[in-house]
Amino acid sequence: MILEVSAFLRHPKMCAEWSVTDMEWLLKFPQLDPEFLLSVKRAIDGSLRVFTRVYGDDLEALFYPLQRVLTFFEQLISGAPWPIVILVFAAIAWLAARSWAVVAAAVGTLLAIGFIGLWADAMKTISLVFAATLFSIAVGIPLGIIVNRFERIGRGMKALLDVMQTMPPFVYLIPVVMLLGIGRVPGFIAVVIYALPPTIRLTDLGIRLVDKEVLEAADAYGCSRWQKLMKVQLPLALPTIMAGINQTIMMALGMVVIASMIGVQGLGLNVLQAIANQYFTQGIFSGFAIVGIAIIFDRISQAYGARLQKHRGEVHV
Amino acid sequence: MSEGAPIEIRELYKIFGRSPAQNIDAIKSGLPKKELHRRHGQVLALNNISITMPAGKIQVVMGLSGSGKSTLIRHINRLIEPTSGSIIIDGRNILAMGELELREFRRNRTAMVFQKFALLPHRTVIENVTFGLDVRGMQKGKARDVGMRWIERVGLHGFDARYPHELSGGMQQRVGLARALSNDASILLMDEAYSALDPLIRTDMQTMLLDLQAELRKTIVFITHDLDEALRLGDRIVVLRDGSIIQQGDGQDIVLNPADDYIRRFVKDVNRGRVVKVDRVMQAAPQNPERTAPKVRSGATLDVAASALAHSAFDQAIVVDAGDRPIGAITLRLITRALSSMESESSAPAAAGAAAH
Repeated sequence: MILEVSAFLRHPKMCAEWSVTDMEWLLKFPQLDPEFLLSVKRAIDGSLRVFTRVYGDDLEALFYPLQRVLTFFEQLISGAPWPIVILVFAAIAWLAARSWAVVAAAVGTLLAIGFIGLWADAMKTISLVFAATLFSIAVGIPLGIIVNRFERIGRGMKALLDVMQTMPPFVYLIPVVMLLGIGRVPGFIAVVIYALPPTIRLTDLGIRLVDKEVLEAADAYGCSRWQKLMKVQLPLALPTIMAGINQTIMMALGMVVIASMIGVQGLGLNVLQAIANQYFTQGIFSGFAIVGIAIIFDRISQAYGARLQKHRGEVHV
Repeated sequence: MSEGAPIEIRELYKIFGRSPAQNIDAIKSGLPKKELHRRHGQVLALNNISITMPAGKIQVVMGLSGSGKSTLIRHINRLIEPTSGSIIIDGRNILAMGELELREFRRNRTAMVFQKFALLPHRTVIENVTFGLDVRGMQKGKARDVGMRWIERVGLHGFDARYPHELSGGMQQRVGLARALSNDASILLMDEAYSALDPLIRTDMQTMLLDLQAELRKTIVFITHDLDEALRLGDRIVVLRDGSIIQQGDGQDIVLNPADDYIRRFVKDVNRGRVVKVDRVMQAAPQNPERTAPKVRSGATLDVAASALAHSAFDQAIVVDAGDRPIGAITLRLITRALSSMESESSAPAAAGAAAH
């Protein structure tokens, strides 16, 4: 080899011939044997298929209650008379934000969505996002507390969250669809996987940001761990947790188009059809409807978060 | 109302760093602090601290930042774990308590006031004041009654429904004090409680603390870096530097007999007239005191005596005890000598000797 290199230096004309024969190991990555890789892929896919065949029904049965809950939410919102839905939204907006501007924006957006003929689709989307958000909060806040409390678990969990947030959703949709077929449940799972991380992360962050002296005060007055969590850490972390929930809602909405590929109905499906058929107007109407819903949810949750912040104006020293 | 209990700190050491216990013996047998840091990367924060804090008195711990004073006070309710030593209160060693026992101790025997107030921003004033009672599980209405009484007592009448951020710094610290007093604990730990306040407000708060203490007689541990504050509040004062005790005593000891140059520099600018008492510098009472000579009570400061003399025709005042019996005499010359800081080394021992007679 060294001999050949020195020969090459002396005879530049040999370059071309030399590179194809002897440089190949440098230019072509020494990958595993293709036959071997193929057999690995086949083995994994095969066993997943077997797993699906054997346990698929059991899994579906396991997720059946979830299916019922999702259907219930969808029927509740889609089945209700539209004036009542608007009233309920207005009431939620008022309770959370205490601001007529937010209420007016919410009602106006809903009316606009209805006028352009997307009411039913919007309600389906809202019901899914609503269910996914509720689930993410119910699971995410306790997980965030665990991440904060146990350093080891926290490190592992953070790595997992990184994967959840960066893995292209289509990839984990494959096994979910294989196991559960298409429909609401896999769509819900996909949305939750994508939308859950911010709530976990910001719950952890919020607790970590609590003033050290206040924690000392809690200890000095004899708080148990649970008391410290409930009376001091969570209340003080709440604005940060609200920011996490806000992010979760936004990401859940962002997922509805992708979720439509596995059989989730609603505005996302409209967009998917619009892409497939190049219906520009249908696409942009549905797109704006999603934006509108996002704005309503965002304003309501932000205003609620700001209201929680009300009592912590700047400290006068 | 629970009266104070004495706090007995014995041979307390605290080393910050990884596995501190392994080097404690080396420190006890004389490894210098600098060597510990150079060889093991550990910081010796408290070095062989032994203090007897008397019951029902204000014990001031004074020192500059980094002297270990905040570390020391956090050992008394064990917010910081010791490396070695013991702290005895009511015959129990705080540093050997289990988790539950410690929690009970913190709930019932101690209360703490913090430099930056450490109030809960999401709770109103009354909710902050009753925090300790809430943690203890006291019934809400009862806790509220207790809390309202203390809110009145610290001068925050009408502010109970406000939030901390709506109050000034001085008022926030009043809330912190009311929170501590509501706990009805016999030991009050005050960690630079007034250091963040304006000078005038600080003086007000000191006055309030002295008034309250005259009535409550708690054992108060007061941390400060301000000598004037230490002299004004402290029944006893301990001065820390680099984690070691440099001097212990009452205010007069510190001012009249500073243990070393470090403390001498500290006390140089102190107004001695307000610290030193006539008992410390008086001479023996004359055989037949003049009837019309001015009288000063035992325990009065030199300021008071000087003012009494200056407004009379005499240059000697009679020091009398609580029963109006003469126990000594004080002259303008004695006062002037005690007040002059230049002469402190020679005059102080003489004065101390005179007081002993």
